[in-house]
Amino acid sequence: MANTFQLEIVTPSRLLVKDAAEEAQIPGLSGYLGILPGHAPLITELAVGVITYKASGATHTLSVAWGFMEVLPDKVTILAETAERPQEIDVERAQKAKERAEQRLKSSDPQTDYTRAEDALQRAETRLNVAKEK
Amino acid sequence: MANVLDIRRRIRSVVNTRQITKAMKTVSAAKLRRAQEGALAARPYSQMLTTVLKSLVSRADIYDPVTGLPRHPLLAERPEKNILLIVVTGDKGLAGAFNTNILKMVSKFIESKPDQNIDVECIGRKGRDFMRRRYPLAPERPAAAADGEAGVAPVHSDTEVAPPRAGRVQIAGEYIGVLGKVDHNFANTLSQNVIGRYTRGEIDGVYILFNEFKSVIAQRLVAERLLPIKEIGEVDIQMAEEASLEERKQRIEAAKSAGVGLRPADTSVLDEAAAHFATLPVDYIYEQKPEQLFEGILPKYIGIEIFHALLESVAAEHAARMTAMDAATINASDMIDSLTLIMNRARQAKITKEIIEIVSGAAAQ
Repeated sequence: MANTFQLEIVTPSRLLVKDAAEEAQIPGLSGYLGILPGHAPLITELAVGVITYKASGATHTLSVAWGFMEVLPDKVTILAETAERPQEIDVERAQKAKERAEQRLKSSDPQTDYTRAEDALQRAETRLNVAKEK
Repeated sequence: MANVLDIRRRIRSVVNTRQITKAMKTVSAAKLRRAQEGALAARPYSQMLTTVLKSLVSRADIYDPVTGLPRHPLLAERPEKNILLIVVTGDKGLAGAFNTNILKMVSKFIESKPDQNIDVECIGRKGRDFMRRRYPLAPERPAAAADGEAGVAPVHSDTEVAPPRAGRVQIAGEYIGVLGKVDHNFANTLSQNVIGRYTRGEIDGVYILFNEFKSVIAQRLVAERLLPIKEIGEVDIQMAEEASLEERKQRIEAAKSAGVGLRPADTSVLDEAAAHFATLPVDYIYEQKPEQLFEGILPKYIGIEIFHALLESVAAEHAARMTAMDAATINASDMIDSLTLIMNRARQAKITKEIIEIVSGAAAQ
Protein backbone atom coordinates (compact mmCIF):
# COMPACT_ATOMS: atom_id res chain seq x y z
CA MET A 1 0.00 0.00 0.00
CA ALA A 2 1.32 3.34 -0.94
CA ASN A 3 1.86 5.61 2.02
CA THR A 4 0.80 8.80 0.32
CA PHE A 5 -2.21 9.93 -1.62
CA GLN A 6 -2.62 12.60 -4.23
CA LEU A 7 -4.21 15.73 -2.78
CA GLU A 8 -5.71 18.30 -5.11
CA ILE A 9 -7.40 21.47 -4.02
CA VAL A 10 -9.20 23.31 -6.79
CA THR A 11 -10.62 26.80 -6.39
CA PRO A 12 -12.65 28.73 -8.96
CA SER A 13 -9.62 30.69 -10.08
CA ARG A 14 -6.93 28.01 -10.08
CA LEU A 15 -5.51 24.70 -8.98
CA LEU A 16 -4.22 25.66 -5.54
CA VAL A 17 -2.60 22.46 -4.29
CA LYS A 18 -1.33 19.39 -6.08
CA ASP A 19 0.76 17.37 -3.73
CA ALA A 20 1.45 13.88 -2.46
CA ALA A 21 0.13 13.98 1.11
CA GLU A 22 0.64 11.51 3.94
CA GLU A 23 -2.38 12.57 5.92
CA ALA A 24 -4.97 15.33 5.95
CA GLN A 25 -7.55 16.83 8.26
CA ILE A 26 -10.55 18.21 6.46
CA PRO A 27 -13.49 20.14 7.91
CA GLY A 28 -16.49 18.16 6.72
CA LEU A 29 -19.95 19.57 7.17
CA SER A 30 -20.64 17.11 9.96
CA GLY A 31 -17.24 17.30 11.64
CA TYR A 32 -13.54 17.07 10.92
CA LEU A 33 -12.36 14.07 8.93
CA GLY A 34 -8.90 12.61 9.25
CA ILE A 35 -7.79 11.03 6.01
CA LEU A 36 -4.98 8.55 5.50
CA PRO A 37 -4.00 6.74 2.32
CA GLY A 38 -6.41 3.95 1.45
CA HIS A 39 -9.51 5.68 2.76
CA ALA A 40 -12.83 4.32 1.57
CA PRO A 41 -14.50 6.31 -1.23
CA LEU A 42 -16.44 9.16 0.28
CA ILE A 43 -18.27 12.28 -0.78
CA THR A 44 -18.99 15.20 1.49
CA GLU A 45 -19.67 18.87 1.62
CA LEU A 46 -17.14 20.98 3.50
CA ALA A 47 -17.79 23.52 6.19
CA VAL A 48 -15.83 26.64 7.09
CA GLY A 49 -12.62 25.57 8.71
CA VAL A 50 -8.98 24.68 8.46
CA ILE A 51 -7.42 22.08 6.21
CA THR A 52 -4.15 20.67 7.46
CA TYR A 53 -2.11 18.17 5.52
CA LYS A 54 1.31 16.61 5.78
CA ALA A 55 3.39 16.33 2.68
CA SER A 56 7.01 15.15 2.68
CA GLY A 57 7.36 15.80 6.39
CA ALA A 58 6.08 19.36 6.43
CA THR A 59 2.65 20.38 7.70
CA HIS A 60 0.61 22.80 5.63
CA THR A 61 -2.41 24.78 6.70
CA LEU A 62 -5.13 26.37 4.61
CA SER A 63 -8.33 28.14 5.45
CA VAL A 64 -11.38 27.02 3.55
CA ALA A 65 -14.95 28.24 3.27
CA TRP A 66 -17.46 25.91 1.69
CA GLY A 67 -16.35 23.18 -0.58
CA PHE A 68 -16.99 19.72 -1.79
CA MET A 69 -14.71 16.72 -1.44
CA GLU A 70 -14.25 13.39 -3.10
CA VAL A 71 -12.10 10.84 -1.32
CA LEU A 72 -10.68 7.85 -3.15
CA PRO A 73 -8.12 5.39 -1.76
CA ASP A 74 -5.27 7.05 -3.63
CA LYS A 75 -6.65 10.47 -4.35
CA VAL A 76 -8.47 13.29 -2.60
CA THR A 77 -9.97 16.10 -4.60
CA ILE A 78 -11.38 19.16 -2.92
CA LEU A 79 -13.43 21.77 -4.68
CA ALA A 80 -13.20 24.80 -2.45
CA GLU A 81 -15.03 27.99 -3.04
CA THR A 82 -12.33 29.90 -1.23
CA ALA A 83 -9.11 28.40 0.05
CA GLU A 84 -6.13 30.41 1.13
CA ARG A 85 -2.64 29.71 2.34
CA PRO A 86 -1.63 31.53 5.53
CA GLN A 87 0.58 34.03 3.68
CA GLU A 88 -2.24 34.90 1.29
CA ILE A 89 -4.66 35.95 3.96
CA ASP A 90 -5.37 39.62 4.32
CA VAL A 91 -5.27 39.84 8.12
CA GLU A 92 -6.47 43.40 8.25
CA ARG A 93 -9.50 42.64 6.12
CA ALA A 94 -10.34 39.55 8.13
CA GLN A 95 -10.03 41.55 11.35
CA LYS A 96 -12.41 44.17 10.01
CA ALA A 97 -14.85 41.55 8.79
CA LYS A 98 -14.78 40.00 12.24
CA GLU A 99 -15.53 43.28 13.96
CA ARG A 100 -18.33 44.01 11.53
CA ALA A 101 -19.90 40.62 12.04
CA GLU A 102 -19.65 40.94 15.82
CA GLN A 103 -21.32 44.31 15.70
CA ARG A 104 -24.13 42.98 13.61
CA LEU A 105 -24.67 40.07 15.95
CA LYS A 106 -24.91 42.48 18.86
CA SER A 107 -27.37 44.83 17.18
CA SER A 108 -31.03 44.49 18.01
CA ASP A 109 -32.21 45.46 14.54
CA PRO A 110 -34.82 42.91 13.43
CA GLN A 111 -33.56 43.28 9.84
CA THR A 112 -30.24 41.70 10.72
CA ASP A 113 -29.56 38.41 9.05
CA TYR A 114 -28.05 36.47 11.95
CA THR A 115 -27.10 33.36 10.04
CA ARG A 116 -25.17 35.44 7.56
CA ALA A 117 -23.44 37.40 10.27
CA GLU A 118 -22.52 34.23 12.11
CA ASP A 119 -21.13 32.73 8.91
CA ALA A 120 -19.10 35.85 8.30
CA LEU A 121 -17.78 35.78 11.84
CA GLN A 122 -16.75 32.17 11.52
CA ARG A 123 -15.01 32.76 8.22
CA ALA A 124 -13.12 35.73 9.63
CA GLU A 125 -12.04 33.84 12.74
CA THR A 126 -10.84 30.87 10.73
CA ARG A 127 -8.83 33.16 8.50
CA LEU A 128 -7.24 34.86 11.47
CA ASN A 129 -6.35 31.53 13.09
CA VAL A 130 -4.79 30.23 9.92
CA ALA A 131 -2.90 33.46 9.37
CA LYS A 132 -1.16 32.91 12.71
CA GLU A 133 0.39 29.71 11.34
CA LYS A 134 2.57 31.70 9.02
CA MET B 1 -0.82 73.25 -53.32
CA ALA B 2 -0.52 72.77 -49.57
CA ASN B 3 2.48 74.05 -47.72
CA VAL B 4 5.24 71.44 -47.30
CA LEU B 5 5.78 72.44 -43.71
CA ASP B 6 2.11 71.97 -42.84
CA ILE B 7 2.05 68.51 -44.34
CA ARG B 8 5.20 67.56 -42.54
CA ARG B 9 3.63 68.65 -39.28
CA ARG B 10 0.57 66.55 -39.97
CA ILE B 11 2.66 63.51 -40.76
CA ARG B 12 4.46 63.90 -37.47
CA SER B 13 1.18 63.99 -35.58
CA VAL B 14 -0.12 60.88 -37.35
CA VAL B 15 3.15 59.10 -36.57
CA ASN B 16 2.64 59.92 -32.90
CA THR B 17 -0.91 58.61 -33.00
CA ARG B 18 0.28 55.44 -34.63
CA GLN B 19 2.76 54.95 -31.85
CA ILE B 20 -0.02 55.20 -29.27
CA THR B 21 -2.34 52.79 -31.06
CA LYS B 22 0.52 50.37 -31.51
CA ALA B 23 1.32 50.48 -27.81
CA MET B 24 -2.34 49.99 -26.91
CA LYS B 25 -2.50 47.02 -29.19
CA THR B 26 0.51 45.41 -27.52
CA VAL B 27 -0.94 46.06 -24.08
CA SER B 28 -4.29 44.58 -25.09
CA ALA B 29 -2.59 41.53 -26.53
CA ALA B 30 -0.77 40.95 -23.26
CA LYS B 31 -3.96 41.44 -21.27
CA LEU B 32 -5.81 39.13 -23.59
CA ARG B 33 -3.23 36.44 -23.02
CA ARG B 34 -3.58 36.84 -19.28
CA ALA B 35 -7.36 36.74 -19.51
CA GLN B 36 -7.18 33.57 -21.55
CA GLU B 37 -4.93 31.96 -18.97
CA GLY B 38 -7.32 33.00 -16.24
CA ALA B 39 -10.24 31.44 -18.03
CA LEU B 40 -8.26 28.27 -18.50
CA ALA B 41 -7.31 28.11 -14.82
CA ALA B 42 -10.96 28.47 -13.89
CA ARG B 43 -11.95 25.54 -16.03
CA PRO B 44 -11.32 22.52 -13.77
CA TYR B 45 -13.45 23.88 -10.94
CA SER B 46 -16.48 24.55 -13.08
CA GLN B 47 -16.12 21.29 -14.97
CA MET B 48 -15.91 19.28 -11.77
CA LEU B 49 -18.83 21.10 -10.24
CA THR B 50 -20.91 20.37 -13.32
CA THR B 51 -19.93 16.70 -13.31
CA VAL B 52 -20.90 16.29 -9.68
CA LEU B 53 -24.22 17.99 -10.20
CA LYS B 54 -25.01 15.86 -13.20
CA SER B 55 -24.28 12.68 -11.30
CA LEU B 56 -26.34 13.86 -8.35
CA VAL B 57 -29.32 14.44 -10.60
CA SER B 58 -29.52 10.71 -11.14
CA ARG B 59 -28.95 9.85 -7.49
CA ALA B 60 -31.13 12.37 -5.74
CA ASP B 61 -34.86 12.52 -6.27
CA ILE B 62 -34.74 15.77 -8.14
CA TYR B 63 -37.84 15.03 -10.14
CA ASP B 64 -41.22 14.26 -8.70
CA PRO B 65 -42.00 10.62 -9.58
CA VAL B 66 -45.69 11.33 -10.20
CA THR B 67 -45.67 14.47 -12.28
CA GLY B 68 -42.10 14.26 -13.58
CA LEU B 69 -41.58 17.90 -12.68
CA PRO B 70 -38.48 19.07 -10.86
CA ARG B 71 -38.80 19.62 -7.13
CA HIS B 72 -36.07 22.17 -6.74
CA PRO B 73 -37.30 25.75 -7.26
CA LEU B 74 -34.28 26.66 -9.38
CA LEU B 75 -35.19 23.99 -11.90
CA ALA B 76 -38.91 24.61 -12.13
CA GLU B 77 -40.21 26.69 -14.98
CA ARG B 78 -43.03 29.12 -14.39
CA PRO B 79 -44.69 31.72 -16.60
CA GLU B 80 -42.34 34.64 -17.17
CA LYS B 81 -43.76 37.88 -15.93
CA ASN B 82 -40.74 39.58 -14.44
CA ILE B 83 -37.32 38.87 -15.75
CA LEU B 84 -33.86 39.92 -14.78
CA LEU B 85 -31.27 40.71 -17.38
CA ILE B 86 -27.60 40.91 -16.53
CA VAL B 87 -25.70 42.91 -19.12
CA VAL B 88 -21.94 42.54 -19.26
CA THR B 89 -20.06 45.28 -21.13
CA GLY B 90 -16.66 46.85 -20.68
CA ASP B 91 -15.68 49.69 -18.37
CA LYS B 92 -13.65 51.41 -21.05
CA GLY B 93 -14.13 52.38 -24.66
CA LEU B 94 -11.76 52.35 -27.63
CA ALA B 95 -12.59 48.72 -28.25
CA GLY B 96 -14.16 49.04 -31.68
CA ALA B 97 -17.78 48.00 -31.79
CA PHE B 98 -17.49 45.77 -28.72
CA ASN B 99 -19.78 47.74 -26.41
CA THR B 100 -22.06 48.98 -29.18
CA ASN B 101 -22.77 45.47 -30.40
CA ILE B 102 -23.67 44.25 -26.94
CA LEU B 103 -25.96 47.21 -26.33
CA LYS B 104 -27.64 46.76 -29.71
CA MET B 105 -28.41 43.21 -28.72
CA VAL B 106 -29.73 44.40 -25.36
CA SER B 107 -32.24 46.60 -27.16
CA LYS B 108 -33.21 43.70 -29.37
CA PHE B 109 -33.63 41.46 -26.36
CA ILE B 110 -35.82 43.96 -24.57
CA GLU B 111 -37.96 44.33 -27.69
CA SER B 112 -38.33 40.58 -27.93
CA LYS B 113 -39.95 40.50 -24.49
CA PRO B 114 -42.63 43.17 -24.85
CA ASP B 115 -44.99 41.81 -22.22
CA GLN B 116 -42.57 41.26 -19.39
CA ASN B 117 -41.17 43.56 -16.78
CA ILE B 118 -37.43 43.65 -17.06
CA ASP B 119 -34.95 44.46 -14.33
CA VAL B 120 -31.49 45.18 -15.66
CA GLU B 121 -28.22 44.68 -13.80
CA CYS B 122 -25.35 46.39 -15.55
CA ILE B 123 -21.81 45.17 -15.18
CA GLY B 124 -19.39 47.62 -16.76
CA ARG B 125 -19.48 51.38 -17.10
CA LYS B 126 -20.36 51.54 -20.80
CA GLY B 127 -23.50 49.48 -20.36
CA ARG B 128 -24.48 51.47 -17.30
CA ASP B 129 -24.17 54.80 -19.14
CA PHE B 130 -26.23 53.49 -22.04
CA MET B 131 -29.01 52.07 -19.89
CA ARG B 132 -29.19 55.14 -17.69
CA ARG B 133 -29.89 57.32 -20.68
CA ARG B 134 -32.88 55.18 -21.60
CA TYR B 135 -34.37 53.64 -18.50
CA PRO B 136 -35.14 54.76 -14.98
CA LEU B 137 -33.41 53.44 -11.90
CA ALA B 138 -35.32 51.02 -9.76
CA PRO B 139 -36.59 52.62 -6.57
CA GLU B 140 -34.16 52.33 -3.69
CA ARG B 141 -34.66 49.57 -1.23
CA PRO B 142 -34.49 50.53 2.40
CA ALA B 143 -31.41 49.60 4.41
CA ALA B 144 -29.77 46.83 2.49
CA ALA B 145 -27.46 44.80 4.64
CA ALA B 146 -24.33 46.60 3.56
CA ASP B 147 -21.34 44.40 4.01
CA GLY B 148 -18.97 47.25 3.46
CA GLU B 149 -16.86 45.24 1.06
CA ALA B 150 -16.20 47.09 -2.15
CA GLY B 151 -17.87 45.81 -5.29
CA VAL B 152 -20.07 43.35 -3.48
CA ALA B 153 -23.75 43.20 -4.29
CA PRO B 154 -26.00 43.75 -1.30
CA VAL B 155 -28.09 40.81 -0.28
CA HIS B 156 -31.58 41.72 0.76
CA SER B 157 -33.39 39.95 3.53
CA ASP B 158 -36.35 37.75 2.76
CA THR B 159 -38.94 39.79 4.59
CA GLU B 160 -38.76 42.97 2.52
CA VAL B 161 -41.48 43.91 0.12
CA ALA B 162 -40.32 45.26 -3.21
CA PRO B 163 -41.34 48.88 -3.86
CA PRO B 164 -43.41 49.72 -6.97
CA ARG B 165 -41.58 49.66 -10.29
CA ALA B 166 -40.17 52.77 -11.91
CA GLY B 167 -40.99 51.50 -15.39
CA ARG B 168 -41.36 48.36 -17.44
CA VAL B 169 -37.63 48.31 -17.88
CA GLN B 170 -35.65 49.53 -14.93
CA ILE B 171 -32.08 49.42 -13.73
CA ALA B 172 -31.84 47.25 -10.66
CA GLY B 173 -28.15 47.41 -10.10
CA GLU B 174 -24.85 48.53 -11.52
CA TYR B 175 -21.34 47.32 -10.91
CA ILE B 176 -18.41 49.33 -12.13
CA GLY B 177 -14.75 48.56 -11.82
CA VAL B 178 -15.22 44.86 -11.10
CA LEU B 179 -13.86 43.81 -14.49
CA GLY B 180 -10.26 44.87 -13.93
CA LYS B 181 -9.71 41.81 -11.82
CA VAL B 182 -12.56 39.37 -12.10
CA ASP B 183 -13.23 38.04 -8.64
CA HIS B 184 -15.17 34.89 -7.94
CA ASN B 185 -16.53 36.41 -4.75
CA PHE B 186 -18.26 39.10 -6.74
CA ALA B 187 -19.88 36.58 -9.09
CA ASN B 188 -20.93 34.52 -6.13
CA THR B 189 -22.53 37.36 -4.23
CA LEU B 190 -24.35 38.50 -7.34
CA SER B 191 -25.64 35.00 -7.87
CA GLN B 192 -26.82 34.77 -4.27
CA ASN B 193 -28.66 38.00 -4.74
CA VAL B 194 -30.24 36.74 -7.96
CA ILE B 195 -31.16 33.35 -6.52
CA GLY B 196 -32.73 35.05 -3.52
CA ARG B 197 -34.94 37.18 -5.71
CA TYR B 198 -35.80 34.22 -7.87
CA THR B 199 -36.85 31.95 -5.02
CA ARG B 200 -38.90 34.75 -3.48
CA GLY B 201 -40.78 34.95 -6.76
CA GLU B 202 -39.80 38.55 -7.54
CA ILE B 203 -38.43 37.37 -10.87
CA ASP B 204 -39.32 34.38 -13.00
CA GLY B 205 -36.32 34.18 -15.26
CA VAL B 206 -32.71 35.32 -15.27
CA TYR B 207 -30.74 36.03 -18.41
CA ILE B 208 -27.18 37.10 -18.90
CA LEU B 209 -26.12 38.87 -22.07
CA PHE B 210 -22.43 38.91 -22.85
CA ASN B 211 -19.78 38.38 -25.46
CA GLU B 212 -18.88 34.71 -25.45
CA PHE B 213 -15.21 34.00 -26.04
CA LYS B 214 -13.93 30.56 -26.88
CA SER B 215 -10.93 31.77 -28.84
CA VAL B 216 -9.98 34.80 -30.90
CA ILE B 217 -11.96 33.39 -33.83
CA ALA B 218 -14.81 31.69 -32.00
CA GLN B 219 -16.73 34.55 -30.48
CA ARG B 220 -20.36 35.50 -30.45
CA LEU B 221 -22.85 37.55 -28.54
CA VAL B 222 -25.22 35.45 -26.51
CA ALA B 223 -28.17 35.87 -24.23
CA GLU B 224 -27.99 32.87 -21.95
CA ARG B 225 -30.73 31.85 -19.59
CA LEU B 226 -29.33 31.25 -16.10
CA LEU B 227 -32.58 30.51 -14.30
CA PRO B 228 -34.57 28.35 -14.32
CA ILE B 229 -31.99 25.71 -15.15
CA LYS B 230 -33.20 23.57 -17.99
CA GLU B 231 -30.46 21.02 -17.94
CA ILE B 232 -27.27 21.00 -15.93
CA GLY B 233 -24.12 21.29 -17.97
CA GLU B 234 -26.00 22.64 -20.98
CA VAL B 235 -25.96 26.32 -21.76
CA ASP B 236 -29.43 27.54 -22.53
CA ILE B 237 -28.86 30.05 -25.31
CA GLN B 238 -31.86 32.23 -26.05
CA MET B 239 -30.35 34.55 -28.60
CA ALA B 240 -27.03 34.54 -30.35
CA GLU B 241 -25.29 36.68 -32.90
CA GLU B 242 -22.21 35.61 -34.79
CA ALA B 243 -19.60 38.09 -35.87
CA SER B 244 -19.48 39.01 -39.55
CA LEU B 245 -16.91 37.41 -41.82
CA GLU B 246 -15.05 40.69 -42.17
CA GLU B 247 -14.82 41.16 -38.43
CA ARG B 248 -13.43 37.70 -38.06
CA LYS B 249 -10.82 38.33 -40.75
CA GLN B 250 -9.71 41.47 -38.95
CA ARG B 251 -9.44 39.60 -35.69
CA ILE B 252 -7.26 36.92 -37.22
CA GLU B 253 -4.99 39.54 -38.76
CA ALA B 254 -4.68 41.40 -35.47
CA ALA B 255 -4.00 38.25 -33.48
CA LYS B 256 -1.35 37.11 -35.93
CA SER B 257 0.55 40.37 -35.84
CA ALA B 258 0.34 40.53 -32.05
CA GLY B 259 1.47 36.94 -31.60
CA VAL B 260 -1.67 35.72 -29.84
CA GLY B 261 -2.67 32.12 -30.39
CA LEU B 262 -5.76 31.68 -32.53
CA ARG B 263 -6.90 28.35 -31.23
CA PRO B 264 -8.25 27.67 -27.78
CA ALA B 265 -5.79 25.88 -25.55
CA ASP B 266 -5.93 22.11 -25.46
CA THR B 267 -7.88 21.12 -22.38
CA SER B 268 -8.63 17.49 -23.20
CA VAL B 269 -6.48 16.09 -20.37
CA LEU B 270 -8.03 18.38 -17.77
CA ASP B 271 -11.52 17.74 -19.09
CA GLU B 272 -10.96 14.02 -18.99
CA ALA B 273 -9.98 14.18 -15.33
CA ALA B 274 -12.86 16.47 -14.49
CA ALA B 275 -15.37 14.23 -16.22
CA HIS B 276 -14.69 11.46 -13.71
CA PHE B 277 -14.81 13.60 -10.62
CA ALA B 278 -16.95 12.00 -7.92
CA THR B 279 -18.62 9.74 -10.47
CA LEU B 280 -16.39 6.67 -10.48
CA PRO B 281 -18.27 3.36 -10.40
CA VAL B 282 -17.41 2.74 -6.75
CA ASP B 283 -19.58 2.64 -3.70
CA TYR B 284 -19.19 6.11 -2.22
CA ILE B 285 -20.00 6.84 1.37
CA TYR B 286 -22.25 9.87 1.31
CA GLU B 287 -21.70 12.00 4.36
CA GLN B 288 -24.78 13.95 3.42
CA LYS B 289 -27.82 12.86 1.52
CA PRO B 290 -27.52 13.39 -2.24
CA GLU B 291 -30.47 15.80 -2.08
CA GLN B 292 -28.67 17.91 0.45
CA LEU B 293 -25.48 17.90 -1.57
CA PHE B 294 -27.43 18.88 -4.62
CA GLU B 295 -29.02 21.78 -2.86
CA GLY B 296 -25.67 22.92 -1.55
CA ILE B 297 -24.00 22.82 -4.92
CA LEU B 298 -26.71 24.14 -7.23
CA PRO B 299 -26.41 27.79 -6.17
CA LYS B 300 -22.65 27.60 -6.68
CA TYR B 301 -23.32 26.47 -10.20
CA ILE B 302 -25.07 29.75 -10.98
CA GLY B 303 -22.17 31.65 -9.43
CA ILE B 304 -19.75 29.80 -11.66
CA GLU B 305 -21.83 30.53 -14.74
CA ILE B 306 -21.73 34.24 -13.99
CA PHE B 307 -18.02 34.05 -13.19
CA HIS B 308 -17.40 32.44 -16.54
CA ALA B 309 -19.44 34.99 -18.41
CA LEU B 310 -17.36 37.74 -16.81
CA LEU B 311 -14.06 36.06 -17.63
CA GLU B 312 -15.07 35.51 -21.23
CA SER B 313 -16.38 39.02 -21.62
CA VAL B 314 -13.13 40.47 -20.32
CA ALA B 315 -11.11 38.35 -22.74
CA ALA B 316 -13.40 39.38 -25.59
CA GLU B 317 -13.03 43.03 -24.66
CA HIS B 318 -9.26 42.83 -24.81
CA ALA B 319 -9.46 40.98 -28.11
CA ALA B 320 -11.80 43.64 -29.49
CA ARG B 321 -9.51 46.43 -28.35
CA MET B 322 -6.54 44.67 -29.84
CA THR B 323 -8.36 44.33 -33.17
CA ALA B 324 -9.51 47.94 -33.13
CA MET B 325 -6.03 49.20 -32.35
CA ASP B 326 -4.53 47.01 -35.04
CA ALA B 327 -6.92 48.51 -37.58
CA ALA B 328 -6.09 52.00 -36.30
CA THR B 329 -2.38 51.32 -36.66
CA ILE B 330 -2.86 50.12 -40.23
CA ASN B 331 -4.98 53.15 -41.06
CA ALA B 332 -2.37 55.47 -39.60
CA SER B 333 0.33 53.84 -41.73
CA ASP B 334 -1.80 54.28 -44.85
CA MET B 335 -2.37 57.90 -43.97
CA ILE B 336 1.35 58.50 -43.46
CA ASP B 337 2.07 56.96 -46.87
CA SER B 338 -0.43 59.09 -48.71
CA LEU B 339 0.60 62.22 -46.83
CA THR B 340 4.25 61.57 -47.65
CA LEU B 341 3.31 61.27 -51.31
CA ILE B 342 1.44 64.57 -51.21
CA MET B 343 4.32 66.23 -49.42
CA ASN B 344 6.89 65.02 -51.97
CA ARG B 345 4.66 66.19 -54.77
CA ALA B 346 4.32 69.61 -53.20
CA ARG B 347 8.03 69.88 -52.68
CA GLN B 348 8.76 68.87 -56.27
CA ALA B 349 6.18 71.36 -57.55
CA LYS B 350 7.87 74.09 -55.59
CA ILE B 351 11.29 73.20 -57.00
CA THR B 352 9.93 73.07 -60.55
CA LYS B 353 8.29 76.45 -60.10
CA GLU B 354 11.53 77.98 -58.87
CA ILE B 355 13.49 76.57 -61.81
CA ILE B 356 10.92 77.92 -64.27
CA GLU B 357 11.20 81.30 -62.62
CA ILE B 358 15.00 81.29 -62.88
CA VAL B 359 14.94 80.04 -66.49
CA SER B 360 12.33 82.53 -67.64
CA GLY B 361 14.19 85.29 -65.79
CA ALA B 362 17.39 84.38 -67.64
CA ALA B 363 15.56 84.17 -70.98
CA ALA B 364 14.09 87.63 -70.50
CA GLN B 365 17.52 89.25 -70.21
